[in-house]
Amino acid sequence: MECSFALTGKGYVLIAADMTSARSIVKMKHDEDKVKPLGPHLLMTYSGEPGDTVQFAEYVERNLRLYQIRNHSVLRPHSAASWIRRTLADSLRSRSPYSVNLLVGGYDVSEHEPHLYWIDYLGTMATVPFAAHGYGSYFALSLLDRYHNPSASLEEGIETLKRCIDEVQKRLIIGLGKFKVRVVDKDGVREIEI
Amino acid sequence: MSMHSFVARFSSSAADPLSLSLQSRNATQADDEDAGIPIELWGSQAGFGSLASQGGHSFAVPKVPNPAEFLRMHTDEHEGKIKIQHGTTCLAFRFKGGVIVAVDSRASAGSYIASGTVKKVLEINKYLLGTMAGGGADCQYWETYLGIQCRLHELRNGERMSVAAASKYLANLVYGYKGMGLSMATMICGWDKSGPAVYYVDSDGTRMKGDVFSVGSGSTFAYGVLDQGYKWDLSDEEAQELGRRSIYAAGHRDAYTGNTVNLYHVRENGWEFINNYDISKLHYEGPGGITSEGYGYSVRTAEQTSRSAENDAMQEVEGDLV
Repeated sequence: MECSFALTGKGYVLIAADMTSARSIVKMKHDEDKVKPLGPHLLMTYSGEPGDTVQFAEYVERNLRLYQIRNHSVLRPHSAASWIRRTLADSLRSRSPYSVNLLVGGYDVSEHEPHLYWIDYLGTMATVPFAAHGYGSYFALSLLDRYHNPSASLEEGIETLKRCIDEVQKRLIIGLGKFKVRVVDKDGVREIEI
Repeated sequence: MSMHSFVARFSSSAADPLSLSLQSRNATQADDEDAGIPIELWGSQAGFGSLASQGGHSFAVPKVPNPAEFLRMHTDEHEGKIKIQHGTTCLAFRFKGGVIVAVDSRASAGSYIASGTVKKVLEINKYLLGTMAGGGADCQYWETYLGIQCRLHELRNGERMSVAAASKYLANLVYGYKGMGLSMATMICGWDKSGPAVYYVDSDGTRMKGDVFSVGSGSTFAYGVLDQGYKWDLSDEEAQELGRRSIYAAGHRDAYTGNTVNLYHVRENGWEFINNYDISKLHYEGPGGITSEGYGYSVRTAEQTSRSAENDAMQEVEGDLV
């Protein structure tokens, strides 16, 4: 029942993920943060197999940091997403593959452009203006086809994101509780209360 | 008409019943099947409007040497029968101006699109509409039967059966067959003394009264658009547009939904068939009319970009310098 959304707007990417962590029929945690900042201008949500998710996210985080230390420069969003995709694709053909679905959003400071990538556990990557993972995608994608505006202001973007969350809370049989929302733009990464 | 020409007229499907080979079929007739139905025929003729222009009955088969074998390979066939009508999207909602009913027109058998011209709105009588999801045959048969019972009620009691009663009649009927393989999920929509009404009835025996319903494999996608645009005070035009857009959204996102949208509006004096819309045409050109614009995301946002505004300004400065 995990669910994450992301959408681009004028100079930013908004990323949101539900905050519940469930096992069997029990909600074990209501304040789990599944949106990880991977760099000064890069965000990633992760969902999928419990255990794999955090392991993989931290592995990615530390490797991108290592790249930064070694080369005195940060990977641009597309390069970072490509590396993450490749890592997942290699993992898929290993003895114990990571079952993790990701949304990677970043702001390219040299191009002055936001980028969003949809990546699944099979190593599929797609560059998209908006994205969703989990059951929420069945409700949110048609909604975003209708309401998403790539040149919307941050306020308008947040309104559209709220529509997605409201729709899922209204129609999905299991309530997802709160959502963690972060935005990345030219000023970097920050959290947004909705 | 001589007997010979009479036989020839109806022989396209009856020529050789043992082999459903392609040779026995007129290929151009098959190609025209989806395109050749005039708009007027969609919403009339006792629910069989789309058949009237065909000149007797013909059945489209997959264009391969052995259609039966092909279908067996491409459908999830279990008990020796091919089940069609697995995926669909139907919606109905109540608002101040009556009831809007919108459906797609695709019939799928597994991964095979069996038809793109299915009438999924069943015209039970002048005031009652039923939608079709699940087993097409069950819906068609039992909703026609329901129409007969509604007429008998009217003759016996001198007034029309209410939507509540009609839907309960159907719910009780299918409940009697519970566990015996009936498969249907329908919305019974209409206008009676109490005003506009929508009931959801399915073969489990569920019956629910409500304002907004969507049914079928594409229903989640339809709900996404429908819920966000819905309010009681919609004008007639806004409501029709919402129904159309919601089925379009499902047609765009759900593989088992598509081809065309059929739109109906129920008012106090009975239902009205609004139109039949090609979903691809809705995507690129919209429904038509003066202010009409394509529904597609890429069509709608063609002019827009996410590139930062300050970057646009910088490029202008660079342009000036050069």
